[in-house]
Amino acid sequence: MFAPIEDLYRLAPELVLCTFGILVMLAEPFVPRKRSGLVAFLALLGAGAALAATRLSWAHPGTAFYGLVRVDDFSIFLHFVVGAVAVLVILGSRDYLEREGLHRGEFYALVLFATAGMGVMVSAQELVTAFIGLEISSISSYILASFRRNVPKSNESAMKYFLLGSFATSFFLYGVALVYGATGTTLLSRMDSASGNPTLLRLGLGMIFIGLAFKVASAPFQLWTPDVYEGAPTPVTALLSSGPKAAAFALLLRIFDTVFAASQLWVWAIWVSAALTMFAGNLAALVQSNVKRMLAYSSIAHAGYILVAFAARNEIGTAAVLFYLVAYALMKLGAFTMVTHLGGEGERRLEINDYAGLGSQQPAAAAFLTLYLFSLLGLPVTAGFLGKFYIFNAALKSHLVWLAVLLAINTVISAYYYLRVIVVMYMREPQKEWAATPIPRAVGLVLVLTAAGTLYLGLFPNYLMEFATQSAVLPR
Amino acid sequence: MIPTSHYLFLSLALFTIGVIGVLTRRNVIIILMSIELILNAVNINLVAFSRMFGNVNGQIFAIFVITDAAAEAAVGLGIIIAFFRNRPTVLADEMDILKW
Repeated sequence: MFAPIEDLYRLAPELVLCTFGILVMLAEPFVPRKRSGLVAFLALLGAGAALAATRLSWAHPGTAFYGLVRVDDFSIFLHFVVGAVAVLVILGSRDYLEREGLHRGEFYALVLFATAGMGVMVSAQELVTAFIGLEISSISSYILASFRRNVPKSNESAMKYFLLGSFATSFFLYGVALVYGATGTTLLSRMDSASGNPTLLRLGLGMIFIGLAFKVASAPFQLWTPDVYEGAPTPVTALLSSGPKAAAFALLLRIFDTVFAASQLWVWAIWVSAALTMFAGNLAALVQSNVKRMLAYSSIAHAGYILVAFAARNEIGTAAVLFYLVAYALMKLGAFTMVTHLGGEGERRLEINDYAGLGSQQPAAAAFLTLYLFSLLGLPVTAGFLGKFYIFNAALKSHLVWLAVLLAINTVISAYYYLRVIVVMYMREPQKEWAATPIPRAVGLVLVLTAAGTLYLGLFPNYLMEFATQSAVLPR
Repeated sequence: MIPTSHYLFLSLALFTIGVIGVLTRRNVIIILMSIELILNAVNINLVAFSRMFGNVNGQIFAIFVITDAAAEAAVGLGIIIAFFRNRPTVLADEMDILKW
C-alpha cells in the first residue's frame, strides 16, 4: 500500500534531508581529498533544498500518514527555523573542520539527519512519532559532540551528553507508556476525549515534561549543558544550542496546547522552572572565565526567558516563544561562529581574557561579537530586545507580574557578564600575542547573515511577528 | 490470567532499579545497562497495556523502542571506546576535565 502523494508533500522536508544525508555519505569516498569542499556544497544544497521543500509542503496543509504528522503554520514556521539553522551551521563548520583536520562527510550527513529529526518533532501529532524524531536528532547530536575523537574534552562532553540524554529519553518514554496506558491512544488529539485513569495520565505527562525539560536545558535538569557545550566542537555547540532546543520547545508547546490535561498540570511546573532556570543560568554565568561555558550558561538563562512566555499560556505567549526562538537562534549561532573562528587551531583561545585587545587588532570580529552580545543582553535595535519585549508583554497580559519582575532582575544580572566581554575586548591590553587570521569567506557570510538578521528583526519585526502570531494558533 | 497490574508493578520495579543504578553506579557501562533496564521497563508497560486495550499500538511502539535501544547502545559503546582510547577509565567520577 502506498501513501497518497499529498502525504509525501507533507513530509517533503524530512525526505529531502534524509536523501541528501545519504547522498553525502555515498559521495564522500569518491571525492578526492583536495576537493572536499564538494561534499560540504552537497550538504549545503541539501539544507537549502529542505527549505524549498518546506515552502512546497506549506501549500499542502493538513495531516498525513493517518494523523501522525501535521503540516500547519506552526510546523512550517519551525521547519524554516531548523532548516535555516542547518544552512548556517554547515556554512560555518567547513573551515573549522579543515582547520582541525576533521573534514569528513559524516559530519554534514549527521547535521542533515539531526535536522530531519527536529523536523519530525515539530510536526508530530502523536507521541511515538515525536519520540522517533527526538531520537533521530539526539543520537545524531551525540555523535556530533564526540566528533573531535582525539580530544579528551570532546570525548568527555559526548559521554556526559549521551548518558544524561538517554536517561532523559527513557523518562520521556516511560511517561509516554503511562499516557498510553491511561488513555489507550498515543494520538495527542484523542487524549482528552479518552476517559482514562487520571492519576496515570498525570504521572505520564509529568515524566514527559521531565524528559523534555532535559532537552531544553531548563532547571533543575540543566546540569549537563555547560559541560557538553564546552567540550563539543564549537560549530556543534552552535547547532545544539539553537536547533534541538527550538524543536523540543515546539514539542512541549504542541503537547501543552493540544492536551488539556497537560496544560492543567504543567502550569506551575513551568512557572517554577522558568524562575529557577533564569537564576541558575545567570548566576553561574557571572563567574565563568571560559567563553564557551559562559555562553552555555547564558543559553540556560535564555531557555528560562522562553519558559516565561510559555507560562503566559495564551497565543501572544506562543507567538513570543516563536519570535524569541528565531532571535535566539540568530544571535547564538553568530556568537558561537565568532568563537569558533577566534578559537584558532585546536580551540585554544577560549578564555575571556584571551580576547583582550581584540577591539584594536581585529575590529571587525570585535564589532560582530559586540552586536551578538548586545542582542543576547537585549539592548534596543537588536532582535534580543524585541524578543524580550514580546515576552514581557505576554507575561503581563496573563498577569504574571512576579515572573516579569524576575525576568527584569535577571536581565540586569546578565548585563554584567555580557558587558565584561566587551570591556575586555576594547579596554584591556593583550597579555599574549595571538596571530590574527583573516575571516574565511563562508564564516564571514554566516556572520553577515546572522548580524543582518539580528538587526533586521530589531528594526522591522512586524513581518516575522505576524507570521509568528499566525502560527501560534494551534488547531486542537 | 495474570492481571495487568502485576505487569505494571514488575515494570515499576525494573524502572526503579534502573534509576537507582544510573544515580549510584560509577562505571559508565553499568550506567548504560541501567538505562537499558528502564527501556525494558517501558516495553513491559507498553505490551501489558496493549493486551489490556486489545489494540496493537503498544506492541508496535515496543518494537520501535527496541530498535532505538539498539541504536543508542551502538552509539554509546562507540563513545565509551573513543573515550577509553584517550583516557583508560570507565569510571564516571574520573571524567572530570570538564567540571560536572
